[in-house]
Amino acid sequence: MEQNQIMFAILGAVIVLFSILTVTSRRILRAAVFLLFVLVATAGIYFWLNYQFLAAVQLTVYAGGIVVLIIFSILLTSNISEKFEKVELRKIAFSALAALAGIILCIATILQTDFLLREVTPAEIDMKAIGRSLLNYGENGYALPFEVISVLLLAAMIAAIVIAKKSKTREL
Amino acid sequence: MMTLNGIPLSYFLILSTIMFFVGIYGFLTRRNLITILMSVELILNSVNINFVAFNKFLHPDKFEGQFFALIVIAVAAAEAAVAIAIIINIYRHFTTINVEDVDEMKY
Repeated sequence: MEQNQIMFAILGAVIVLFSILTVTSRRILRAAVFLLFVLVATAGIYFWLNYQFLAAVQLTVYAGGIVVLIIFSILLTSNISEKFEKVELRKIAFSALAALAGIILCIATILQTDFLLREVTPAEIDMKAIGRSLLNYGENGYALPFEVISVLLLAAMIAAIVIAKKSKTREL
Repeated sequence: MMTLNGIPLSYFLILSTIMFFVGIYGFLTRRNLITILMSVELILNSVNINFVAFNKFLHPDKFEGQFFALIVIAVAAAEAAVAIAIIINIYRHFTTINVEDVDEMKY
């Protein structure tokens, strides 16, 4: 095996193993740390595909931002030394059945499909090209989604402040 | 079949399928609101892998998949912020974030 294949195998194994641990771990803080490993391994996949900018965004926003937010909220709301009670066996069985059926169906479909792969010269993906197309509204321009996402982020920020703010009038 | 450094496209799709349905499993079995949110993050992340792999294999001369992934990451960040604000508000009223104990909408 080549080095690249070994690297992909390691990243894939880390993603599968730690995503299973994320949803089955009975200690909530450990689940959050396992989620961090999954997100970092995904950034590794992006590096493997030569998308450095996207990998950097994944590391800063996902691994840096969202996981820290989740860990903060765990520390605010949960007793971290406490374990979750065991899930009922029936619930585990039916959920696992649903997930396995979905996995088998999807993988069977993927393996049967012939994707139309084209031989074209890959585009130069440097920061300059990404920045130009983010602010360009012509062909290959993404100015509209960029603006929409900025409005969405502003709205989400205001909403989060309004929801989490202590109301003074309705003290119980 | 075209491969990139010896890895075909279907391996990426299989990897993200497994991650997606592990997220679904967590969504169905978990009781704690924060762990449900973590399962949703897993699902969003697996979709991103799909977008990026399709971009790399099928349209390497364009940026579409990459920008879709960027936008999904931004939406996930906004969603996590609002969801955690709601969770903390629920905790203030009920002193628990177990979904089975939070069964009334009115407060």
